[in-house]
Amino acid sequence: MFTNQSNNTFNHGIHPPENKEETNKLPIRQFPFSPVIILPTAQHLGKPSEIIIREGQEVARGQILANATGYMSVPLHSPVSGRIRKITNVPTISGKMVPGIIIEPFAASGQEVMEGNPVDVNHATPEEILKAIQDAGIVGLGGAAFPTHVKLKVPEGKVCEDLLINGIECEPFLTTDHRVMLEQAEDIFMGIRYLLRATQAKQVIIGIEANKQDAADYLTGLIPEDLPLKVKVVPVKYPQGAEKMLITSILGKEIPSGGLPIDVKVVVVNVATTAEIGRLLPHGRGIQERVITITGPGVSKKGNYRIAIGTPLRFVLEQVGVEDTVSEVYMGGPMMGVAVSNLDISIVKGTSGIVVFTEREAKKDPKVYPCIKCGACVDACPISLNPSKLGILAKYEEYDKMAEQYNLLDCFECGSCSYVCPSHIPLVQYFRLSKTIVRKRIAS
Amino acid sequence: MSILTAFLALGGLTLLLAVLLIVANKKFYVYEDPRIDQVEDMLPHANCGACGFPGCRLFAEALVSGDVLPGKCSVSAEQDRVEIADFLGVNLGSEEKRVARLACNGGTNVAINRANYTGIPTCQASALVSGGGKGCFWGCLGYGDCQVVCDFDAIQMNQFSIPEVDVDKCTACGDCVEACPKGLFSIEPISHRLWVACKSLEKGDDVLDDCEVGCTACGKCAMDAPANLIEMVNNLPVINYSENHNTRIPIERCPTGAIVWLDDKLGAQKGKEAKIIVRKGQKMMGGS
Repeated sequence: MFTNQSNNTFNHGIHPPENKEETNKLPIRQFPFSPVIILPTAQHLGKPSEIIIREGQEVARGQILANATGYMSVPLHSPVSGRIRKITNVPTISGKMVPGIIIEPFAASGQEVMEGNPVDVNHATPEEILKAIQDAGIVGLGGAAFPTHVKLKVPEGKVCEDLLINGIECEPFLTTDHRVMLEQAEDIFMGIRYLLRATQAKQVIIGIEANKQDAADYLTGLIPEDLPLKVKVVPVKYPQGAEKMLITSILGKEIPSGGLPIDVKVVVVNVATTAEIGRLLPHGRGIQERVITITGPGVSKKGNYRIAIGTPLRFVLEQVGVEDTVSEVYMGGPMMGVAVSNLDISIVKGTSGIVVFTEREAKKDPKVYPCIKCGACVDACPISLNPSKLGILAKYEEYDKMAEQYNLLDCFECGSCSYVCPSHIPLVQYFRLSKTIVRKRIAS
Repeated sequence: MSILTAFLALGGLTLLLAVLLIVANKKFYVYEDPRIDQVEDMLPHANCGACGFPGCRLFAEALVSGDVLPGKCSVSAEQDRVEIADFLGVNLGSEEKRVARLACNGGTNVAINRANYTGIPTCQASALVSGGGKGCFWGCLGYGDCQVVCDFDAIQMNQFSIPEVDVDKCTACGDCVEACPKGLFSIEPISHRLWVACKSLEKGDDVLDDCEVGCTACGKCAMDAPANLIEMVNNLPVINYSENHNTRIPIERCPTGAIVWLDDKLGAQKGKEAKIIVRKGQKMMGGS
């Protein structure tokens, strides 16, 4: 197995401008409730949840609105106390219309939350904890929105030795994980206790990039004595926050192509997800809000906000003082986030940030030149693919060849290749398209 | 002397291999009907798959074995089909001509864009970026993937970036059906003149906000139509083509012209009460 433990990082990767200094000193603030809350039922990877309330019904904050529909699904809780105005198709970031719920919060809707059954960390079995995590509606808050209980389930015959808490946050502009680490240390430690019990891991490492040294020092100083916990600082590099890269950086192990972290006896959980587990499970609450960074040159009130899930994007932009001249809005960060085509979508569980660029910064559709075979993308690709060759094959629609001979499906769309390409070839867009087509062909 | 050895050795080897080939040729001979080759030559070699077979060769095999009739090939000319039928001594077999129909009429002059998309200029790629910039999620994105994929030049993008199908050239091969990421094309018998040119599952003003020619699910067509012909399902009229559908009545009161009459010569005809669209330029958000 290939190891490079000596330099504490992975091979290749890029160094985009971080742009975090404007928000990383700003404490997390509560965002107001919007006059309407839009909740799609497909906020996580897997099956959408099934709506169990009816139009006109009054719901309490924290009440379950939609049940999980199987193992790869989580329930949906009401983020506000209010009245169900409509159950209808609502737009999502993917552009699809999915069944959803529109709630009108009561003017007097407060912060109190309806609670369920608390889970005692010292006595619950791993299965009980996983069930509680699913019941709390928790998904990966880093952006992928993968149901956390599925990720934590150690398959039969495998063991988890190391539990990695991902506090890397390598995406430019975003500072949510940074602030969570500085402000919710107790929640993180409580979350780790639950995770340790659920996975039976032997040790825990919190991975933090060197640009968040203050968070690393702060957490190191607070580690409870009974936790087998270490904080490890790694050099700044994009895309270190990707699971595969993080494991290589911290443990020096490499996940085989097509494999999962558990194949090298590791489970990785995002630090915000950990904090949310530690915050919700002792009270038996469901997830109704999350921390997001709202930043970018187009925003006048930049900051880190705790915001109700389902808050419409249009309301968010109004509140943070975005002018009408906006030309590009990203959900997530500028590297792996998605450009928004519709301001009527809402904040979902997987939204980690909103970045707004004005017309001045937005790139004016740069001219695409042919590939000059400079190899910059090959040097940038963190998983050592050959983006140059893949790009050429994509152009000629040789999708099967890309998948079979050039490991297209290992690409996790970090965008490093497009970022460095001097010819402005939209490589990662080609790969996203090719992956969709290949997956469709495999499925049929 | 040595040259002789080489000559004999290679000559012997050649002879041996030749004998082997002859034996193999006789022993492993598979009889194939010679008519398959001849029929294949008479077919158009388009390999389009409209007949339901994965290419002209396999269609020829099926023809010779009598599984299908020549009329199934929608690409070849009438006289070629007659020739094949005569050659094989079978009936021509009548297949009604089928063509690709598009269930959207939301061109740039009537449907808004919420966002400008820049990137790979294909429908497939733009559909992956938040579903494309179009206001209507179900609507045609207008980058012309269907035009590119059509082997018969039957699809042309019109001035409003909506594909128009030339029914004479269309062979119903179905390539456009697969190419469209929004699934707007379908292959329909040409006699299906009554057609719903909208796929939006929204209703009322939600539709009109995005597109002036979308179906608002008012239900007038279903009310006017003969019994059982049209049923409203998921905010869209669904035409039951097993009923007698040769009537223009349902289109007449449609307020937006979402349900149309497909005329061979005049193209899609809207009803009398349909809103008349005079705008030639692009429809902007919020504009009337």
